[in-house]
This record gives sequence, C-alpha cells and structure tokens, in this order.
Amino acid sequence: MSAQVSLLISDLSWAQPELYVAIFALAGVVLGAVFKDGIAPFLGIVGACVFVAAGIWAFKFQPGDAVALFNGSMVVDSFAGFVKGIIAFCAAATLLLGFDHFSKTKEQRFEFPIMTALAVLGLFVMASANDLITLYVGVELQSLASYVLAAWRRDDAKSSEAGLKYFVLGAISSGLLLFGASYIYGFTGSLRFTEIAAATDGGGFGLLFGLVLLICGLAFKIGAAPFHMWTPDVYEGAPTPVTALFSAAPKMAALALLARVLYEPFAGMADQWKQVIVALSALSMAVGSVAALLQTNMKRLMAYSSIANMGFALMPLASGTPDGAAAALVYMAIYLPTTIGVFALILAMRRDGAFVESIDDLAGLASRRVLMASLMTALLFSLAGIPPLAGFWGKWVAFKAAAEGGLVWLAVLGGVAAVVAAAYYLRVIASMWFKPAGAALQAPSGTTLTTALIGAALSFPILVLALGWLETWARAAVAASF
Amino acid sequence: MTMPGILTLVTFLPAAGAALILLARMAAPGDNPALDRGVRMMTLIVTIATFALNLLALGRFDWGSADFQLVERIPWALGVDYHLGVDGLGMALMLLTTFLMPLCIIASASIEKQVASYMTLFLILETLMLGVFCALDLALFYIFFEGGLIPMFILIGVWGGQRRIYAAFKFFLYTLLGSILMLVAIIVMAITAGTTSIPDLMKYEFGEQMQIWLWLAFFASFAVKMPMWPVHTWLPDAHVEAPTAGSVVLAAILLKMGGYGFLRFSLPMFPDASAYFTPMMFALSVIAIIYTSLVAFRQTDIKKLIAYSSVAHMGFVTLGIFTGTEQGVQGAIFQMISHGVISGALFLCVGVVYDRMHTREIAFYGGLVHRMPVYAAIFMLFTLGNVGLPGLSGFPGEILSIAGAFQANIWVAVGATIGVILAPVYGLTLYRKVAFGKLENPKLKDITDLDPREWVIFIPLVVATIALGLAPVLALDFTAAYADKLVETYRAAVQASGIGAGG
Repeated sequence: MSAQVSLLISDLSWAQPELYVAIFALAGVVLGAVFKDGIAPFLGIVGACVFVAAGIWAFKFQPGDAVALFNGSMVVDSFAGFVKGIIAFCAAATLLLGFDHFSKTKEQRFEFPIMTALAVLGLFVMASANDLITLYVGVELQSLASYVLAAWRRDDAKSSEAGLKYFVLGAISSGLLLFGASYIYGFTGSLRFTEIAAATDGGGFGLLFGLVLLICGLAFKIGAAPFHMWTPDVYEGAPTPVTALFSAAPKMAALALLARVLYEPFAGMADQWKQVIVALSALSMAVGSVAALLQTNMKRLMAYSSIANMGFALMPLASGTPDGAAAALVYMAIYLPTTIGVFALILAMRRDGAFVESIDDLAGLASRRVLMASLMTALLFSLAGIPPLAGFWGKWVAFKAAAEGGLVWLAVLGGVAAVVAAAYYLRVIASMWFKPAGAALQAPSGTTLTTALIGAALSFPILVLALGWLETWARAAVAASF
Repeated sequence: MTMPGILTLVTFLPAAGAALILLARMAAPGDNPALDRGVRMMTLIVTIATFALNLLALGRFDWGSADFQLVERIPWALGVDYHLGVDGLGMALMLLTTFLMPLCIIASASIEKQVASYMTLFLILETLMLGVFCALDLALFYIFFEGGLIPMFILIGVWGGQRRIYAAFKFFLYTLLGSILMLVAIIVMAITAGTTSIPDLMKYEFGEQMQIWLWLAFFASFAVKMPMWPVHTWLPDAHVEAPTAGSVVLAAILLKMGGYGFLRFSLPMFPDASAYFTPMMFALSVIAIIYTSLVAFRQTDIKKLIAYSSVAHMGFVTLGIFTGTEQGVQGAIFQMISHGVISGALFLCVGVVYDRMHTREIAFYGGLVHRMPVYAAIFMLFTLGNVGLPGLSGFPGEILSIAGAFQANIWVAVGATIGVILAPVYGLTLYRKVAFGKLENPKLKDITDLDPREWVIFIPLVVATIALGLAPVLALDFTAAYADKLVETYRAAVQASGIGAGG
C-alpha cells in the first residue's frame, strides 16, 4: 500500500504542470461561483501566470530518460517538455489577449480563463499521452472546452454557428479516432504505445486501417486538408481571441501527438503511413494556398494560412526520420509566435470602438499607424517564409527534412505553394502600404501592441539568432524521446 | 568577442542607419518635417560613409589574388555559417553599389510622402544588396538575395507611378517563383555535399545528371533576375513604375545579381551542365539582344525604352559569361559595371525631366536642347555610352564579349554584332526625339536646366563613364585574376568530363 502511495506521489510530482492547471481551473470555478464576473480580470492574469509557470516547469525539469506515469498511461520526456513549454506560452499570450478584448467589448466573464485552462489541460495530456485512452481523453477534454469557447457569444448567430459546426464535425472526427483506436486495440491487443510498437510486426491491413482512421481524426484537430472544412467558418465565427487560441496551442499539441503516435507505436510501419502524411501535407499546402487568394476577411485568410502552414509542418514528418520530427518542432516554434502576433494585430483593428476584420479595413494603415503596419508586414513576410525573417528558416528545415527523406518533389510543391501563398500575404501588405487611407483605425491597446511586438521581435531577429539553440533543443527532445 | 570585420561593417552600416531612423521615429511619432529633413541628411551621410568604408576595404584588398579575401566566418546554426569574403568580382560589384547609393539618395529629393519609411527601406535594401555580393555561404547568399524583394516591393508599390501595385506584385511573385526553385536546389546541394560553404562547394564535384537539375534550378532564378528573354517581362513594368531611385537600383544593381549568380555558382559549381547548356544560353542571349533592341525601338515611354535596352545589354553579359573564355568573362563583368553606371545615369536623366513635367512620354518632349543645354549634353553622353561608342564605358564590355563569342561560335558573334548596330537605332532615335528639333510643346517653354543638386548627381557618373571608357584597365585589372582562375578551372572541368562546345 505505502509503495503504491509513494509511487503515486512520485508520478504526481512529474505531472505538476497538469496539476497546476487543473487546480487553477477548479479553484477558478469556486471563486467564480462566489465572486461572479468581478473576479474575471484576476482569474485572467493569474491564469496566464499559472500557464507560464507550468510551461517553464515542464521545459526546465525534463527527465533524462522518459518516465512513464500512472501505470504507463502518460509519459514525461523531453519531447513532451518542449511541446508543453510552447503550448503554455501560446495559451498565456492568447488568454491575455482575450482578457484585453473582452474588457473592451464588456463581455468579461469568469468562465473564459477557466475554459481556457481546461483546454490547456487537455493539450498537456495530449502532449504526454502514452496510450490510446489517454490520447482520446486529452483530445476530448481540449475539444469540449474549445466547442464552448467557439460559441462564446451565445447571442451571436455566427458564433453559435461556429460552435455548433465545430462540435458536429469534431464529434465525427472523434468518432473516427475512436473507431481507429478500436481497430488498433483489436489487432495488437494493447492500448499502450510501447506494447503496440512491439506488436505491429510490420503492419497488416487491419492495423493500417485503424492507423489511417486515427491519423484522420488527428488531422481534423490539426486542421489539415482534406479535414480542414471547419477551420474557416470556426475561425471567422468565434470571437477573435478564441480564434487566436485555436490557431496556436492546439495545433502544436495535435502535431506533437501525431508525431508521437507515428514515431513511437507505429515506427515499424513508417513506409505505410508516410504516404498518408505526404498526401495530407501536399493537399494542405495546395488548398491552404489557393483557397486563401480570394478571402477578404482577415480571420478567414488566417484560417487558410494555418491550413497551408500545417501542410508545411507535416512535410518533415513525412520523411519519417528523427530529424523530421525535430524539424516539425522547429517549424512550429517559429510559426506559432508569428501567428499569435498577427492575431494580436487583428485584435487591435478597431474603428470608432467597433472591431473590424476585413483586409480593406487595413487600407492605408502605413500612412496612419506606421508601427502597426510595419509589425504586420514583418509578421506576414515571416509567415510567407521570406528571408531574413524566421519563417524562412521554418521552410528551410521543413524542405531540408523532406529532401533528406527523398521527397524532393514535395519540397518543390511546397515551394510553389509558398509562392502562391505569398500572393495573398502580399495583398494584405499592399492594402496597408499602397491603398489610400480610409478612416483611421484607433490606436492599438498596450496588450495587443506588446504581443505583436514580441511576435515580431521573435520573427526577427531573436529566433533567427537563437536558431542554433532552438535546433539543439528540438533535436535533443526528439533524440531523448523516440 | 572579436571585432567585426570590415565587410560586416560595410554590409551592415546601412542597416544600422535604418535602425537609427526607426528609433528616431519612435521618439518623435507623427508627421514631422524637421524629422524628415534630418532623416534625409542622415541617410546621405550613412550611404557616403558606407562608400568610404568600402574604399577602405578596397585598400586592404589584393588585386593580384584570385582567392576570397577579407574573410570572416562565425558558425551560425543548422550547418550554416555567417561567412563573408570577396574576390575581384564581389568587390567590383560592392563598389558599384556603394558608389551609386548616395547618388540615389540625392536623387530622391522629389520624394515627399512617408520620407522616413522610404529612406529606411532604401538603407535596408543596400545592406541586402551588399550582402549578396560578399556572402560566402549559400544559405546566407539566399537570405540576402531574396530578402531584397521585401524593400523593393514596398518601394515600387508606395512611391511608384500609375500602375505601381500591378508592377510590384509582378516583380515580387515572378522573382520569388524563380528563387524558390533555387532554394530547393540549395537544400539538395547542402544535403549532397554536406556543406553550404561556397568555396567548399566550388571544389565539390556533383554528378553529371544532378548538375543538370541544379543548374536548371539556379537558371530559373538568375534568368528571371537577369532578366533573360523570355522571362524578362516583369522588368519593363517594374522599371517604369518604380520611383527614379528605385529604377536606378533595379537596373544598376539588382540586375547584376543574375550575372553574379551565373559567374559565382553556375560556371564553377556546375561546369559540365554549363557546357551542356551553352548553346541554349547563346541562343537566348542573341534573341534577347536582337529582339529586345527591336522592341525598345517601338517604345513611346522613355523609361520603358531604357528598360528594354537593359535587357539587350544583359544579353551581352550572359553571352560573355557562357563563352567560357577570358575575354568573354572579363567583358561580361565590365559590361555589368558599365551598365550599372550608364543605365543608372539614364534613369536619373529621365528622372530630371519627369520631376519637372511628370510625364515620360517621348512625344511630349522635343527640342530640350534649346532650354536645357547642359542636360542635353549629359543625356547625349550617356546615350552614346549606352550605344557603345568607343571611348565611353559601354564599348569595352561589348567588344570583349563579342571577341569571346567569336572564339566560341562565329554565328553567335554575328548575331550579337547585329545588336550593336541596333542599339544606336533606338538610342539615337530617342535622343533625337527628346532633345533635338523645335521646341513645340508650350508646356516646355519654362523648363529649367540642371540645378546644383543635379550637377552633384551627374558629375561622378560622367567621370566614371569617361574614365572607364578611356582606361578600361581600371576595372579589367581588378577582375583579371578572378576571371583567369574561373576560366582555367571551368575549362579543366569541362575537358575532364568531355562534354561541351569547347572551341
């Protein structure tokens, strides 16, 4: 008995990041019930601090070798630590943006930090999942919180529609995921990743069928084509800070989970799943780039941009090499701050107190608010992958990993997609710089401007100079874990 | 912490100036005429200081050696080094850049809107252009090469002419599509050879089949940048719509990146593929020379005419490079430098009348010699330089390229010579229509001759054109060691593999 207790305590001590977030969420519910919405600002700031603390903890205290917790259902390793660190910072940034936004729209409600915390808890569980049940629990916890967040404006038709759409399509994908998991369980006789790895034995049709369904379910969460249909509508309908949240942390977690599933239990079937990832990557890049060309709404545009970027992030995974997984991590570490920065600037687009979000609203911004326009320009060029901004290095590592895995044609396709994508980023930039100025936008709030400044500073020059460290961390994380 | 080397200082001094402008703007936001004046002055000082530093670097440079000099190398990340260095070719083009930039800044006096942004972008552009010519790491080269698109895109789009937005998009996307194929090729090279260091890659021998693919990918980028027929169509749009200083930078420096790329990468790294594609390059060059000369003749817009003449002149560069002879290569480099000076000067000449009349229609002008004698004389000098009059800098480059072509293939040389005849046809016709004849357009009655500011711009250019024309050795000695070595190693590699047009 006491042995079990000490084991539990030891396990819990490794699960501290999850504990912090869970305790915050539960305490938030109690405090909210007592103090109502007045406590919302407090919860927002404390929540951001808790996320950051959890993220730093996860990043700092990485075990040398992977540690399995709770009878092997979760695992703590360098890979999870790296991923959780990124998730935590993204979530903290988006939480603060939400706090800033809702205080302006007078929608400050105490549930927002709590729901965000629950989503983050789900993301942490996804990053540490070591069996199929944990995988599903993590995905669902995150998804359910996300459905609620998407429908945050209950009285707004678009927001409700976004929530409902997300829920229905999300439920289907969860179904696919669970169905696939049942096949995998049936054919290998185990839920544990380590045991599945031992039982794959080169695959087989049934197992492959299960794996493909599982990948489809996760591809939906990532928003990779052809499972991307929900993204534009949900991005547009959800309140912008919620969209910012969706666009960052969950992508990281879902991609990490996908990498873990592919590289750990199904490493032996790499030749079979590679083709699936190649197809997802190629389709996402093509769809994301082409479909965005005609968008007029910034949030929809960013939705397609995220689809294309997920295509680029999947490209190195398709190589099936450890370097590929490290490259995907580097890509995401560069991509996420940039996209959060763009959303911060979208949140800063206000005219006469009302929030606006179309590309035309940015017309002539450079002659009115040159700092805002310059930041947006830098961030968008980084998303487009134009050097010397950090986004270029994301493309570099992705293309290089693909070429090393013998997928030069995929890199060429990615290059062409990048040129097409550049066209729509340029449209936004052209609107800001080349068009005559319309009615001026209001001065951006301190929070949005700071977030955008940090995002832009990371794009250039911080991440460019720190590229060596980033790469070393990512490689170490992958090497110690898979 | 070691002191940064002289090349780092030259390259990044303009960027430091840009950062300073940004700080000044943060300190004093909003429209501020005093700030604008200060920014103009500071930009001019920074560009002149960059030129001075570059001359200092020149003082430490050994002309006799064909090796990379003033080398700096710091490990960076992902196997890429921060690695700078120059040889004769790189040094010559860096000097051209730093020499022209102060003149561009002086010529930008007519820019009135968003002055601080304009100057910031120009300084960033200068850093990126200089970096291209001294980067000794492929990835670093690509960063500078491609990064230049960002400031140029905004410069054309904000301060350009009527169809500036169209031109800016066309310029950006055209060049990006060309370069991105090169990016994939660079990555493949990095994986195959295990290094991105340019000196190391020059020694690495790629397989023959692979060379062909890599050569094509690099060709896609450089041919667009150069620009070669038939992918030259972005150039007339971009040149015409860009502000005067933007056109000067485009014609004088950005186009040289294509030629630089062929010389730095295609010939030394893929010699077999270069030999294999030589007939194609000859054909494209001759077509470019003849076809675009004819097209230039029919233009009604002065800037467009000069733009097409640039394409024709670049034809001599590609022709010279791919002859694989010392004359050819020397001629090509000389032509690049001379074209940098002359086409830059011609665009500045257009800028002079455009600033006064706000039109570039050839038909609008006529008889300028009566009102602007000095201007007419200077415009004449550069027109004659452009058509290759002996004694001016346009001549040695052409004659050397053609001499090189004669050794390679007589018919190619004949074709190129036809282009030499066509150049005066469009060049002198333009001059006659603009400067000579009666002054009939009443709007031109009060047009004024050059003011002191414009004198300052043109004097260095006139001196350079005449000096390079009378004493071509000034530049030829400079690049002789480089060209010797390039041709020697190229010939040896081609002979070893047994491909090629040879002699």
